[in-house]
Amino acid sequence: MKTILSIKNLQHYFGKGTVDENHVLKGINLDIREGDFISIIGGNGAGKSTLLNSVAGSFPITSGSILLNGQDITKQNVMKRSDKISRVFQDPRMGTAVRLTVEENLAIAMKRGQSRGFSKGVKKQQRKFFKEQLATLGLGLENRLQTEIGLLSGGQRQAITLLMATIVRPELLLLDEHSAALDPKTSLLVMELTEKIISEQNLTAFMVTHNMEDAIRYGNRLIMLHQGQIVVDLANEEKNQLTVPDLLELFHKKSGSQVSDDSLLL
Amino acid sequence: MIANFFTNLFSIASFSIAEGLMWSLLAVGIFVTYRILDVADLTTEGSFPLGGAITAALIMSDLPPIVATIGAVFGGMLAGLVSGIIHTKLKIPALLAGIITMTGLYSINSRVMGKKPNQALLGKQTIFNFMDEFNFTSNTVVIIIGLVTVLLVIGLLYTFFRTEIGLSIISTGDNIEMSQANGINTDFTKILGYMIANGMIALSGSLIAQNNGYADISSGIGTIVIGLAAIIISEVLFSKQPLLYRMFSVVLGAIIYRFILALILELPIEANDNKFFSAVILVVALSFPLVQKKLQSNSKRQPKKRKGGVL
Ligand SMILES: Nc1ncnc2c1ncn2[C@@H]1O[C@H](COP(=O)(O)OP(=O)(O)OP(=O)(O)O)[C@@H](O)[C@H]1O
Ligand SMILES: [Mg+2]
Repeated sequence: MKTILSIKNLQHYFGKGTVDENHVLKGINLDIREGDFISIIGGNGAGKSTLLNSVAGSFPITSGSILLNGQDITKQNVMKRSDKISRVFQDPRMGTAVRLTVEENLAIAMKRGQSRGFSKGVKKQQRKFFKEQLATLGLGLENRLQTEIGLLSGGQRQAITLLMATIVRPELLLLDEHSAALDPKTSLLVMELTEKIISEQNLTAFMVTHNMEDAIRYGNRLIMLHQGQIVVDLANEEKNQLTVPDLLELFHKKSGSQVSDDSLLL
Repeated sequence: MIANFFTNLFSIASFSIAEGLMWSLLAVGIFVTYRILDVADLTTEGSFPLGGAITAALIMSDLPPIVATIGAVFGGMLAGLVSGIIHTKLKIPALLAGIITMTGLYSINSRVMGKKPNQALLGKQTIFNFMDEFNFTSNTVVIIIGLVTVLLVIGLLYTFFRTEIGLSIISTGDNIEMSQANGINTDFTKILGYMIANGMIALSGSLIAQNNGYADISSGIGTIVIGLAAIIISEVLFSKQPLLYRMFSVVLGAIIYRFILALILELPIEANDNKFFSAVILVVALSFPLVQKKLQSNSKRQPKKRKGGVL
């Protein structure tokens, strides 16, 4: 199987050389293969978001390298990487431009990885396609092309962000607790939608979650991060047999900590 | 007596419309940076007199007024380019970047004006001489030319903001993380916004210098307050609207601001006092939403505070 993303000895410090120095990622080595749908779990502050942000290019990493399809992208910024990597943030407000309409946001996403010019931002012939795409979300958004995003609910926005992230097929889709800020029903809806899109387009995805059931239910591979290191990496058969108690036990064993409060992981 | 008052009021109003239209280009320019891009750009105070200076210099070397006016726009865009690069590429905070360019422009403006503090356009043709054969009053001419320019500029601006690049400028000001995640080069869009804004501000400076009959190196002082006042007045009077209406309401804001100022200037005060009243008007307009909230503090519904602009 082809390797899409390869992370080699990734180290990251925040505030290096200051009193606040924080060694967040301590030598991450990871190969993501084509078609992998990986869920990452780990306690608060384990470095999950930092890992995802490193892959997205949000900041220069302290050391190590990141290869996308064999090409070294370690030095590239978010904008450069955006033609191949797309993402959905935890905060539903983060993924869309609130003052633009639904169709304008989609039109911006349609141009990911291409240069932008002086032609009309939203083209007439695009509207039909947008409508079809929005209809697949099953939220009735296909009739609200001209609605300002700011007027939509968090769940609706998150569904649109998911659509925007995949409307042009990404090589890698990053999801950082993208259903965490939603109510249980909407959260389920967004997760089901995520799985549907990922399997239909056969995408490679990297998803942070705090929900162990989700981590077990979705995807083909599960990674546990603890204090900046990968302590568990299970795939396929091994992963499918996991239960939540198994995971908790694994966590205790691997972290070597006497964590009495399991909610740390949940 | 009453009739006198009304003729007086009418002339103040038509004078305010004429002045307001020319100043509105400055206000819409500031609107582009302050509200659409969500940056406070002080380059204004340098690009405004730059517009006047370039136009005066070109007119004095006998170029047609229209060329002199367009020259000012390009000069302003260049000033915006400089601030934009200082802010985005050198990562200097926007406020500081604007102050730096504004300070540097003072010397440049002085050179453009031949090291004189002002440059009279005595006996030269200006853009306001275009309609001489119609024998309109000078105020009517200013209104017509001002209106045509404003319509043209806003029409162009609105069309531009609906293009792919235009949308990406709005989205940059709205949500920079999302914009970058969608591959928008946010340095580029910001620089472009700076250029458009300062081009319009210099255009305003050019028209006002031509109407006054002279360019003045210190004419930039207080322009940021004038522009902001127009924007805030428009927001207080005409609430949240789509972009096109917002731009026109800023034009109305500029006219209303001129009108208030002209009424104040009817009082027996010094000419230089007007900057003080500009500041007071801005404070009143800015504090208006707060006062409004205080007044209706009984009702639970409070306007949600949003980061960035109020598009
Ligand atoms: N931009 C930043 N500057 C400084 N420190 C940061 C920054 N971002 C994260 N950190 C620190 O890095 C550590 C790991 O944070 P990170 O957000 O990656 O954890 P996480 O695993 O995503 O946690 P959570 O489950 O709470 O989202 C934390 O100690 C956090 O305080
Ligand atoms: Mg996190």
